[in-house]
Amino acid sequence: MAQAPIPGDGRRAAGLLAPAYLWLTLAVFLPLSAMLFFSFLTAAPFGTESPRATLENYRDFFETPTYALLLWKSIRLGLWVTLLCVLIGFPCALVLARQIRGRAREALFLLVILPFWSNSLVRVFSWAIVLRGNGVLDRTLDALLPFDVRLGLMFTPAAVVIGLVHSYLPYVILTSYLALQAIEDDIFDAARALGAGRITILRRLILPLSLPGLIAGAVLVFVPVVGSFMEPRILGGRFGTYFGTVIEDQFVAVFNWPLGAALSFILLAVVLAILGLSSPVLRRGLT
Amino acid sequence: MAEVSVAGVTMRFGEMTALDDVSLDFVNGGFFALLGPSGSGKTTLLRVIAGFLFPQAGRVRIAGQPVERVPVEKREIGMMFQNYALFPNLTVAENVGFGLRVRHVSRAEERRRVGEALDLVQLSGLGARRPRELSGGQRQRVALARAIVTNPKVLLLDEPLSALDKALRVDMQIELKRIQREVGITTIFVTHDQEEALTLADRIGILRDGRLVQAGPPREVYNAPIDTFTARFLGEANLLPDPLPVPLPDGARLSLTSAAAHAVRPEALTLSPGPIAAAENLLPGRLVSRVFAGSMATCIVAVLGETWKVVARDRDLPQLPENTEVWLGWARADTIPIDRA
Ligand SMILES: Nc1ncnc2c1ncn2[C@@H]1O[C@H](COP(=O)(O)OP(=O)(O)OP(=O)(O)O)[C@@H](O)[C@H]1O
Ligand SMILES: [Mg+2]
Repeated sequence: MAQAPIPGDGRRAAGLLAPAYLWLTLAVFLPLSAMLFFSFLTAAPFGTESPRATLENYRDFFETPTYALLLWKSIRLGLWVTLLCVLIGFPCALVLARQIRGRAREALFLLVILPFWSNSLVRVFSWAIVLRGNGVLDRTLDALLPFDVRLGLMFTPAAVVIGLVHSYLPYVILTSYLALQAIEDDIFDAARALGAGRITILRRLILPLSLPGLIAGAVLVFVPVVGSFMEPRILGGRFGTYFGTVIEDQFVAVFNWPLGAALSFILLAVVLAILGLSSPVLRRGLT
Repeated sequence: MAEVSVAGVTMRFGEMTALDDVSLDFVNGGFFALLGPSGSGKTTLLRVIAGFLFPQAGRVRIAGQPVERVPVEKREIGMMFQNYALFPNLTVAENVGFGLRVRHVSRAEERRRVGEALDLVQLSGLGARRPRELSGGQRQRVALARAIVTNPKVLLLDEPLSALDKALRVDMQIELKRIQREVGITTIFVTHDQEEALTLADRIGILRDGRLVQAGPPREVYNAPIDTFTARFLGEANLLPDPLPVPLPDGARLSLTSAAAHAVRPEALTLSPGPIAAAENLLPGRLVSRVFAGSMATCIVAVLGETWKVVARDRDLPQLPENTEVWLGWARADTIPIDRA
């Protein structure tokens, strides 16, 4: 419910918000603008020679087709991981929110959040142990199935997807769960009284009413996955070169900070453009 | 439209028995009000009839068909909930049309019937709104339209008016009665508000601790309550103490039946500063307080160790200081004999 603003409220709100904005400036805006600045230099301003202003780094991206290919590969990775997270996460959230009550729900919730609490490197290396040839997964399946199992998942794009889905699934589960949780139970009774079966209730009530949460979760997954570098590097092996890993290389291996910065901003721009282009669709889902 | 009958229904939740051997018949086209204190099983009975709950014992019939094992989706009922339970993502027209869409009614037919239903609840023209853009009373009407548009066999209402303020509630009561008459649908209505039950229903049933205490036309239940609980629950009742003091105070006289208990309604009493010669029953008491409430006033009087209420038009009650001796008189016909204490 909208309230008429009280005179003087604006100033007080500004006062109260000031620390938050200060923090945003320090933690986000300053480093980002420094990076933006670097991206227009010939070299990071730490060496002996003094850097000059240039557009070279951005031109590099447009003149080297590999970058665009890798960016496209990263976007595809983002779409796949997001799709899988949604397909797995939403049903989980649905079961958690609508079927399970009391203690069991708390316990399951804890399990969902667990990946958040473990170190991401540990998480990725555990997947390496599970997925590698003759690893935990292969041996388990071998023991269970009568024929020889050699999945050879390690160092494939599938391994990267598995690792990323595991890391980012909680976002979709949590945001969807919160949205599902907010739906009044009575409307399901009302729908059943009107003769609606499960499918109708899911399609006409549950999905539309929880779509905002689902979309929020999808965005939370898609954005970082497109720029991810750790999971691709560790689990992807020779398939593990993505746009994110190239950027990381510029910073930690090649020490070409300006190029790394330029590629980062191109990634940011592309991701924002994708979100912007899909926003009419997303907005329809949010109302 | 159909008659509904419940026979020997017992519903347990674990150890807790919410309905204990309840038998009730709801006549075709009738308006039945279920009354009872909180936790007496009203909602449970309604949900058993609706098909949300399956009782452990007993029969439920709708239009003669046993439906104990038929789930709610298949029972062809209309139900209205306390908080309306409108679908927030759908428009008013889509809300009302929901049940028709489920039944694969053609779009043209759906539009026509939704229009008719909205006309009936006097909401024509609001079809494109969302529930959150409606007032409480309007949401109420949408919920009602949605419940009856599918021509259900029975309309079930769980305290549908309790969220409305007093004035709007009275309007909606009149409206609900009009629509029920117009549609002629068998209606079962749960309420806390005994006045509402007496106004709306042509039959009422009183539940207590999961048991049906009494059922019948409102006037009959009001005038001949089967026990002191019903007498006190339905309207106000002044109970004569049991046993009566012997001897009665000087000047008192009572002509009673052999019933287990006797009650007098507050509005049947006459209050006077001195003994009333013509009264067939007469008791002395002490005026405790007097409450003015617009047209009517209430006097609280201590009588034979009980606290009685006298209700009358303000100018018919003598202005007396508190703690004065008063006399209460009433006609023999106004004594309500009660079979069970
Ligand atoms: N799902 C349930 N599980 C366990 N106990 C229940 C359940 N539903 C109802 N009960 C119990 O059954 C009894 C009757 O409940 P019910 O909701 O029918 O009461 P009511 O008459 O509708 O009360 P109110 O006027 O407060 O709505 C209560 O004691 C309640 O605690
Ligand atoms: Mg109830």
